[in-house]
Amino acid sequence: MSEKLFLSGNEAIALAAIDAGAHLGCGYPGTPSSEILENVALNGGKAEWAPNEKVALEVAIGASFAGARSFVTMKHVGLNVAADPLFTIACAGASGLVVITADDPGMASSQNEQDNRRYAVAAGVPLLEPSNSQEAYDLFRQAFALSEEFGTLVLFRVTTRVCHSKCVVIRDGSPVTPRPTGYVKDIRNRVMIPAFARVAHRNMRDRLRRLEQRNETGEFSTEKSGTPELGIIVSGISYEHAREAAPEAGMLHLKMTYPAPIELMRNFAAKYQRCLVIEEGDPFLYEQCRIHSIPVEGKPEMFRFGELNVGRVRRIISGAAEDEAPAPAGKPPQLCVGCPHRKSYEVLRDLGCIVAGDIGCYTLGVLPPFSAVDTCVCMGASIPTGLGMRHVLPEKDARRVVSVIGDSTFLHTGINGLVEMVYNRPATGHLLVILDNSTTAMTGLQEHPGTGRKLDHTRTEHRVSIDALVKAAGVDHLDVCDSTLETEKFRSLVQERLASNDLSVIICRRPCILAAAQEKKLREAGK
Amino acid sequence: MKKVTNVIVAGLGGQGVLKLTDILADVLFHEGYDVKKSEVHGMSQRGGSVSSEIRFGEEIASPMIPEGEADLLVSLDSTQTQINLHRLREGGTVIRPEDEPIGELSNPKCANVLMLGALSRHLDIPEQALLDGIAKFLPAKVLEMNLAAFKLGRKGGLK
Ligand code: SF4
Repeated sequence: MSEKLFLSGNEAIALAAIDAGAHLGCGYPGTPSSEILENVALNGGKAEWAPNEKVALEVAIGASFAGARSFVTMKHVGLNVAADPLFTIACAGASGLVVITADDPGMASSQNEQDNRRYAVAAGVPLLEPSNSQEAYDLFRQAFALSEEFGTLVLFRVTTRVCHSKCVVIRDGSPVTPRPTGYVKDIRNRVMIPAFARVAHRNMRDRLRRLEQRNETGEFSTEKSGTPELGIIVSGISYEHAREAAPEAGMLHLKMTYPAPIELMRNFAAKYQRCLVIEEGDPFLYEQCRIHSIPVEGKPEMFRFGELNVGRVRRIISGAAEDEAPAPAGKPPQLCVGCPHRKSYEVLRDLGCIVAGDIGCYTLGVLPPFSAVDTCVCMGASIPTGLGMRHVLPEKDARRVVSVIGDSTFLHTGINGLVEMVYNRPATGHLLVILDNSTTAMTGLQEHPGTGRKLDHTRTEHRVSIDALVKAAGVDHLDVCDSTLETEKFRSLVQERLASNDLSVIICRRPCILAAAQEKKLREAGK
Repeated sequence: MKKVTNVIVAGLGGQGVLKLTDILADVLFHEGYDVKKSEVHGMSQRGGSVSSEIRFGEEIASPMIPEGEADLLVSLDSTQTQINLHRLREGGTVIRPEDEPIGELSNPKCANVLMLGALSRHLDIPEQALLDGIAKFLPAKVLEMNLAAFKLGRKGGLK
């Protein structure tokens, strides 16, 4: 069967998962990766939101231990959270296990611009990089077979433009029923005590050597010859920009960029008077070439920042080094009119609080007219960073510190901070405000363990109660209010709690206006 | 490179920029073109700048329109026209909301589909294909007023 479709990279990956007979996809929402699992569910596959990326990867590892094909989706920073299981399973080996990392060069919706290709080297796993939806479809299906053949987790790296751009895809597969699973005991590869782990590390290095040999065969690259003046080594979305910017150039397009095909690159570079490595983000391929004394040219440092595009690739090729004119600024996103966070922030601003913030729509409280957020580091950081400030600030200022976190972020990695808060209690106590809008709003209204609905929005009775978790942790006070309807109540509660030396949690509960609309639609549809 | 047509649609979050380009890209795909569509999205909040780009022709490489190579710029919001002009090629066409009969709409929510109609005056696509595309992407209960909006835009001109 062959079918012509018009798909985003994320839709193409979801379809590939179905056509590869994947048993289970897990992940945590994060732009630009969120639509992958949503589309797996729409296509009838099994997909779940985990509370965070570490848990998601561990569930997928368990499924792989049981003989399944499983995969995990996350944005780039999610892999930092999942790095612990990643590094050990990279050594231990795995079968039918693929981790998708969706990087965000240019930071359309992220707090940093890290290049997760570095993780492949650090952990010791093969790295695949598609450049468009078609390659995403083809390579993702291949990723499972590669994982099984070599016995390794495969890292699948996409970027914002690959995830969200739509293009024509030939689907030459069809849904495959997942194969039967079963447990086979294999402690040497699954129990990483030092005696087994020492062997596992050697096995991992051996796998990488064999993967490199495979990559040298050209199976994961295409070479196009060009005029002798210029050859380009390229991967990911940069391939699409480069073939438009320099149609006459020779081009070596790599789809497996670690372990890279060193001899293939060396032979390619030797054919051209000038050989350029064009890649977004870090000089990842460039460094691999230089370590092996392949005479290539990289891009000037200024092109390390932001996305590449045809114009920038043309400038890299022509050697233009002048500063780039910044694009006219658009209107930044703001909290929606009617957003439940608005009143909460107005109160915290008016009371002069130092707000340790977190990741979500509510990070936008940093902008006027609220100007209410003082810090934002990573998922879950609001509570510990607030505590750290409380521990060392003079009392007058310590009393102004409030940690603010959303419901989905609280369940992601906020719980750890709450435990810290109870255990290492500051002398002035602390106040935590949980902005519970009943959804994962910023990334597109995904469900989470506290919403009472599963990934596909069907209802579940197994809802995790944030209130019960907070109570069980052992704080002194827990209050729930709606800061939009009960603004004065919220204001006096905050004032009272900040004046005390108690540990207090206030849950501001009111649904996101978009989530409320979605909920209404679901109910109308009888869900 | 063979002939490629580049279209940018710009507006504010909540105005239906992405719906407009979803419809158009799907129609072009079914008309047999190679099509690529690209935008930066993912933030839910309403009100910020949004732009989406479509490229179509025989073969498309980059999904992003090179700077200064857009043939058409459709602006759904007068505040978003100026900041996108630099992306237009010399002699490119701007379709501005002020020049289109948006005031005649019974429901201003259909402005994006009206602007699709206005854009269609500059594209060589059969009208029926566009009408079918709109019907595919919009719910039945708002279809009629959107089809009317499309026709209003396609006719063009302020009263
Ligand atoms: S999407 Fe929801 S939570 Fe986010 S700003 Fe809008 S109303 Fe607030």
